Amino acid sequence: MSVTTDTNIIGGVAAKFRTCPATGLDIDLAAQRLIKANAVAAIVFLAIGGLFGLLVALTRWPAVHLLSSDMFYLVLTAHGLDVLLVWIIFFEIAVLYFASAILLNCRLAAPRIAWVAFGLMMAGALLANVTVLQGEASVMFTSYVPLKAPPNFYLGLILFAVGALLGCFIFLGTLVIAKEEKTYEGSIPLVTFGALTACIIAVFTIASGAIILIPTWLWSLGYISHIDTVMYKLVWWAMGHSSQQINMAAQVAIWYAIPAILLGAKPLSEKVSRAAFLMYILFLQLASAHHMLVEPGISSEWKVFNTSYAIYLAVLGSMIHGMSIPGAIEAAQRRNGFTNGVFEWLRRAPWANPAWAGMFLSLVMFGFLGGISGVVLGTEQINIMLHNTLYVPGHFHATVVAGTTLAFMAITYLLVPLIFQREIIWPRLAKWQPYLFGLGAAGISLFMMGAGTLGVSRRHWDITFSDATLSFDYPPAAFLMLGLNGMSGILAAIGGGLFVVIIVASVLFGKKVDASNIVAALGPKPQKQMSDAVTSYGSAGTFHLPGTYILVSIFFTAFVLYYFVNWKYLSELWQMG
Amino acid sequence: MAKAKTETAEAVESVRIPPMQRLLDNHFLLLFLGVVVPTVLYLLWGVMELSQIPIAE
Ligand code: HEM
Repeated sequence: MSVTTDTNIIGGVAAKFRTCPATGLDIDLAAQRLIKANAVAAIVFLAIGGLFGLLVALTRWPAVHLLSSDMFYLVLTAHGLDVLLVWIIFFEIAVLYFASAILLNCRLAAPRIAWVAFGLMMAGALLANVTVLQGEASVMFTSYVPLKAPPNFYLGLILFAVGALLGCFIFLGTLVIAKEEKTYEGSIPLVTFGALTACIIAVFTIASGAIILIPTWLWSLGYISHIDTVMYKLVWWAMGHSSQQINMAAQVAIWYAIPAILLGAKPLSEKVSRAAFLMYILFLQLASAHHMLVEPGISSEWKVFNTSYAIYLAVLGSMIHGMSIPGAIEAAQRRNGFTNGVFEWLRRAPWANPAWAGMFLSLVMFGFLGGISGVVLGTEQINIMLHNTLYVPGHFHATVVAGTTLAFMAITYLLVPLIFQREIIWPRLAKWQPYLFGLGAAGISLFMMGAGTLGVSRRHWDITFSDATLSFDYPPAAFLMLGLNGMSGILAAIGGGLFVVIIVASVLFGKKVDASNIVAALGPKPQKQMSDAVTSYGSAGTFHLPGTYILVSIFFTAFVLYYFVNWKYLSELWQMG
Repeated sequence: MAKAKTETAEAVESVRIPPMQRLLDNHFLLLFLGVVVPTVLYLLWGVMELSQIPIAE
């Protein structure tokens, strides 16, 4: 099955390839090894970080209140670090290599440097983790000055970021090679374009990280005497929030990729979807500004421009994807023969395929829970009610857990047969995994948002204020919300644990995949053949999408209602007249 | 003659690529825009405003 050949390469480097039995693409073995290494590292850190998340949720459940206050802040720091940075970025590097070398059918640029990048990221992640676990660096992943961690904490983050930046350059270099060697015609495929968007945002993100973390490291070493707190916050969030926009672009690319692979779905309009990605490139990073909405010292012009005018253009980009992706699915399913009624295309989608189920749940939950609450938080006036409450972690668990993490889990179910060349072990269990994790993730998001709406602070060890001089009573509903959040955390942890066990067991003990079983190994799907929609340019060519129009109308109605409900809350907070 | 014809056809073809598609196909221009726009609108503008705050005596 694995035909290995040498090829002529610019720069005289010879790469070894195998031919993918499903797609016929030439797969660079060096790229394959690197994708495997980055994906495995990502999943290991997801397991560790997810466990920390469960401990945090159990501590915030007042009836359980598991950890002491010191341990709570230590574990919270480790949780944010391991899941938000390490799991997501390792996985994103795997996605970048996949979307370039594999989808463009060419060799990866500079695999040796890619291994150096991997080594730096791993060394940085370990160094930061060890420093946090030693107990002197409970500064949360935001590490706002004047909170000071030992130098190794910042050094770990810097090493990790340098590794990730090298990974981005390797992606860009691979695009250049593919163009030079003419391994694709015309424009790069849409999924690769989405990955390019993620890469561009990553370059800005990491550069901002360097601008702020290097001086902070020197400050921690004692070479710099003072770092201004507001200046720190401004530049830190250029990294902190933009890194979420890398996730956004990467996950949208995956939302296009999975229906393309499983159903043969093509975007409704290549041009419109690419224009939506362009809006991300230009405007999405400006969303960082909503973290500064309550800071004095910055003008309303800066705040309103960056969080309203500019960010609404990026939100428009998301709305376009939000219509284009279900539309592409409906168009493909109708072509696959599911034409009855308005929703047969959706009912007959491969719901037993964990890649499909994870992708679709991620899309819906991201839009309804994360997207709408994000616009609410990004509005200067309403933000004031929710700033620094548990609503904020509620919102971003809808985006990075229910959205990004679930999307990354979903594509892993395809990477295992395609790249690791193994069948998914225990397919019945795998079928349930996205639903379990999705339900848990939706629960933690909703219940944290619920508690936040009742005023409960984020990063708060004890909402009963048991040893405080001045007491304060939250409404009983807040306690209920935190209890339900703890239970949802248990569910999410079981779902996440199942994912880790299924993938590790499949990689180690799964049946080998070859030409005879590759299509079956991708899980249930309506097409008998693997589709080439993911590697080619082209639109679906139809706008007969009644189901999609109904779904999009439901979304807009929910959006408008919820947005105005929050303005109503605000009007009740400050009575006029 | 035939060769010249093909070349002209190719030239016409390359002229016809719409400007938007050229922009989207120019990955390094996109990289430039994606770094410069937030650097100016978020970072530089923000830093300029913060640096104008008078230092307490
Ligand atoms: C089993 C799954 C998870 C559970 C139960 C969980 C639960 C929680 C809880 C209860 C908090 C604390 C909120 C607070 O007190 O302020 C938290 C914080 C956080 N979580 Fe999770 N989480 C999970 C997975 C994830 C994942 C997969 C990500 C990222 C991809 C993530 C990112 C974060 C971040 C960035 C914070 C903020 C840390 C800070 O405030 O410094 N979580 N999580």
